[in-house]
Amino acid sequence: MISRRALLPVLFATVLLPFGCKSEPSTGADGKPGGAVTLNGAGATFPYPLYSKWMSEYNRQHPDIRINYQSIGSGGGIRQITAGTVDFGASDAPMTPDEEKAAPSKLAHIPATLGAVVVTYNLEGQSAPLKLTPEALSGIFLGVITKWSDPKLADANPGAKLPDKDIAVVYRSDGSGTTAVFTDYLATVSPEFKDKVGAGKSVKWPKGLGAKGNEGVTGQVKTTPNTIGYVELAYATQNKLPTAAIKNKSGRFVEPSIDAITAAAAGVTMPDSLTVSLANPEGEAAYPIASFSYLLVHEDTKDAAKGRALARFIWWAVHDGQKLGKDLHYAPLPEPVVKKVEERLKALSSGGQKLLAGT
Amino acid sequence: MSSLTKPSLVRHRPRWLARLGPEVNLGDFSFRGATAFFALIVVFVVVAMAIEMWGTSAASIERFGWSFVTGRDWDPVREQFGALPFIYGTLVSSSLALVIAVPISLGVAIFLGELAPPWVRGPIGFLVELLAAVPSVIYGLWGIFALAPFLRNVVEPWLGKWLGFLPLFQGPHQGFGMLAGGVILSIMIIPTISSVSREVLRAVPSIYREGALALGATRWEAVRHAVLPVARSGLVGAVILGLGRALGETMAITMLIGNRADISASLFAPGYTMASVIANEFTEATGEVYLAALAEIGLLLFVVTLLLNVVARLLVWRVGRLPEGARS
Repeated sequence: MISRRALLPVLFATVLLPFGCKSEPSTGADGKPGGAVTLNGAGATFPYPLYSKWMSEYNRQHPDIRINYQSIGSGGGIRQITAGTVDFGASDAPMTPDEEKAAPSKLAHIPATLGAVVVTYNLEGQSAPLKLTPEALSGIFLGVITKWSDPKLADANPGAKLPDKDIAVVYRSDGSGTTAVFTDYLATVSPEFKDKVGAGKSVKWPKGLGAKGNEGVTGQVKTTPNTIGYVELAYATQNKLPTAAIKNKSGRFVEPSIDAITAAAAGVTMPDSLTVSLANPEGEAAYPIASFSYLLVHEDTKDAAKGRALARFIWWAVHDGQKLGKDLHYAPLPEPVVKKVEERLKALSSGGQKLLAGT
Repeated sequence: MSSLTKPSLVRHRPRWLARLGPEVNLGDFSFRGATAFFALIVVFVVVAMAIEMWGTSAASIERFGWSFVTGRDWDPVREQFGALPFIYGTLVSSSLALVIAVPISLGVAIFLGELAPPWVRGPIGFLVELLAAVPSVIYGLWGIFALAPFLRNVVEPWLGKWLGFLPLFQGPHQGFGMLAGGVILSIMIIPTISSVSREVLRAVPSIYREGALALGATRWEAVRHAVLPVARSGLVGAVILGLGRALGETMAITMLIGNRADISASLFAPGYTMASVIANEFTEATGEVYLAALAEIGLLLFVVTLLLNVVARLLVWRVGRLPEGARS
């Protein structure tokens, strides 16, 4: 029998063994030849499935570059990049002027993908998607239109038998990019909504119940009859929720789809700041409630190796990576936007030196 | 010398050391020092939390002052923040939970402690404890898919029909709302209150019961007149502990209460609690005042919960120390 006293130093040594082994360097290469680079990012939850796929695929192609992403929310992403704890951030809504002022150095917004907010509902006996005009939609969420049988709704849906019941409204109780995009649209099409409620990640809704997350809204809409709510397109598609067709600026009722979102993005001229609202854009086939989701990167980064790896990753993401998005229900960026992103990526620098020189 | 082989402070004990404590042995002295250090760490953590939260909420305290506690408007877009709807929601949902849970928990505790045959005591006691082990999110999910439809289709129409003249039971039947929140909270605090109550009742010396029974009291009379009055302060302590748990509960209640910052007299209407609003809005909150307002709500909740727990512990402790033959 081994005495307990003799066993103790053996256990001790076993515990300490891993610390003695030299592990291969995994962080911060400082430009050492063949060194591995780890990038850390944080931010929006909406594009997380896509970013996660991008990062694992990119790591498969470039094993020396590892990228970690934490989906803590757009607000968290902005906070982390401002505090300098991550190498890049991600946000559904562009930073406000106050947030940009608080950042230690200038941050560039790079549109990475496109998403949309769909309106879902629970109505008995609807075979075709409900058609909603901007006036009807804003009226419902303002609490002005209270019954499904209201003429504003019935006029746009001549064939449907809408019940004479109260409309139960569901909104997102947690602050989210989805709410930001939806309220941005409502504020754009309805001056009354803009005045009374305004746009933002968290707003004071005049009417309705709040549910937490896309899952909460879905759960509530699914279990309560005569309810209307809003969720991300990817979510609605995967859960086979009924989605409404919204009347766009050209007067057509457009159902949400990947192509309709890309059409919306194509209908807008991208300014040099690379941030633009896609609410109610021009375009026959455009879906009116879409938005870009942005990556936030330093324009002039301190760590050249990390900056270069990040710039190369984003280059890959906006070109090859876009194909991976279709299966996950994310719309690809239109060509003109990709061109502008290329110019911006080429302008990123570290200590004055351009990062992508020679790519 | 030979007898004093362990280091001792007796011979070389300076006066300042003598003042620190009665130990004469270095080992005992270090033992006391180490355990005191650990105890102080806990105190330090609580104090540090309070200071940190006070600091984070500074911008909001400065901007709103006391009107934060009385304001009813929660508008992140216009940066107007008032905590009254959340305080109201927290208090109402917790009170409703107590109204439902206290009779049930006391009943469980008395049944298991005084009246149940031994072969029943084990399984039922175990099942009640099991309720405490179910994660909060599971309660929330069950609430969304089972409780809310049940309330909407069965309970609320019934209450509206028979008791609709009371403002408490007026309004549309949505399932989600204060009533759903209160019910789910009551289920969650039953194990807490009943297990502490059982301990409190067990701590009552059996001489009280035996005396009452010997004088000819029925079982109910013995419990009611001999046991409960003695255990009263402990039972109140148990209830306050349950209340403390109800106040801090976040996930289950945010999934059921409707998350609407309104003050309404009806139990069918949606509400919002302090813990829920922080859980919902903190990750996406940007802007100094917004974050500070949420932190201030956290501070209010922290202070209230701390006070209640201190009061509860004192009451429960008091019963535990009851000497033989003494009355409370």
